[in-house]
Amino acid sequence: MGKTFQRPERMRMFFKQYIKEMESLGVSSIGIVLLISFFIGAVICIQMKMNVASPWMPSFVTGYTTREIMLLEFSSSIMCLILAGKVGSSIASELGAMRVTQQIDALDIMGVNSASYLILPKIMGLVTIIPALVIFSYATGMIGAWATTLMGVITHDDLIVGFLHDFNQWFVWMGIIKSIFFAFIITSVSSFYGYTVKGGSINVGKASTNAVVSSSMLILFADIFLTKLLS
Amino acid sequence: MIEVKDLYKSFEDKEVLKGISTQFENGKCNLIIGQSGAGKTVLMSCVVGLIRPTMGEILYDGRDLVKMRKREWKMLRREVGMLFQASALFDSLTVHENVRFPLDMFSDMTEKERNERAQYCLERVNLGDAGKKYPGEISGGMQKRAAIARAISLNPKYLFCDEPNSGLDPKTSLVIDDLIHSITHEFNMTTIINTHDMNSVMGIGENIVFISEGRKEWQGSMDQIMDATNEKLNSFIFASDLLKSIKERHEAEKLSKMAN
Repeated sequence: MGKTFQRPERMRMFFKQYIKEMESLGVSSIGIVLLISFFIGAVICIQMKMNVASPWMPSFVTGYTTREIMLLEFSSSIMCLILAGKVGSSIASELGAMRVTQQIDALDIMGVNSASYLILPKIMGLVTIIPALVIFSYATGMIGAWATTLMGVITHDDLIVGFLHDFNQWFVWMGIIKSIFFAFIITSVSSFYGYTVKGGSINVGKASTNAVVSSSMLILFADIFLTKLLS
Repeated sequence: MIEVKDLYKSFEDKEVLKGISTQFENGKCNLIIGQSGAGKTVLMSCVVGLIRPTMGEILYDGRDLVKMRKREWKMLRREVGMLFQASALFDSLTVHENVRFPLDMFSDMTEKERNERAQYCLERVNLGDAGKKYPGEISGGMQKRAAIARAISLNPKYLFCDEPNSGLDPKTSLVIDDLIHSITHEFNMTTIINTHDMNSVMGIGENIVFISEGRKEWQGSMDQIMDATNEKLNSFIFASDLLKSIKERHEAEKLSKMAN
């Protein structure tokens, strides 16, 4: 950990890697984030209408609960759990493969701080881009919920009134703050498993699995503490 | 010159290096040979600084690697080039970017100068037109040459090669051996090669260190190896029928010369 957070040898090379990691970890995840958020937004809306809404409740309850679920949990915690699978396994297998093919040894022999050169840009890259992914997820989830109006699940007016009802801006920030912590967990835990691989390709696979399992567990635990802390 | 004095290395209760003392000379191809498990890789890893010896000294032109401070060690790293067994080229970079990488990290050259230097190194290993390809798109022999180009890009004083011929056909192995030999002389480097390829031993072994069971058993040049009397060395070097027959022919010639 100490080696990772040392000042990079060449800032020029660090920024090059940083931009590359933002692209490979963040930008390339936009598609999956949009796709999942759209469908989950729609499904939450349908479930709320079918199972929660009743004549005893106001008509905006479906839109309201859909928004709150998206803001409070789905777009930050559940989205990061999904990203732990995609990004975490990719980081662990990339670093693990570099370790077993001696590419990390080659960096060390050259005198490059391999931990800082390889891991720090990944952590910084995902931490930087995760708020954008969370905001995209919020927006797409809402669009998904709105799409159910086209299916006649809920009226357009009820949904929009629900979306706007008692809106608390802090919930948006809470999701973003939580996601930053989760991004740090995903990248640092996965990098640890990948960077410390010993042996051959079987161990790279194990490291990849361990990275996903451990970062998912840590996200779930951290979610409890962060939710308590920030609520 | 690199000097190793009384080098010991243990892993838990297993002693792998048992007091090795030797010298690797400047401007020569120094070969470390020995059977699998003899301790060659551990010796090279200690000398190159990848693992710390249990005891002993490793002197790079008088500077002890074991006692070096982190800053000195980092400076020394820039005088070291290494060719790994599996080439260890960075998959995500093109061949040209791989060769330019040490220059990007450590030199104060302009971008144009860095590109020119990388191109010169690639041309030196006859890979002038492969710069835009990725390591996965070129053959094993070309990958080795690209790794040599990367290793020499910062003009190192010391070049380490870990089994440079592994996985290559005999003809390509000769090309790699010739390249390492000529580069060593051209840049006056101290080159240390870890190998068990007998063609390399007979072709470029200017200073050969034979290791067996963690101990140095014999040291000499390729010219002296035919007349060596060390039993362990002879059983290792002349294990194949071909080399055994060469040795027998050599001894017969020697006897006939003596008789005349």
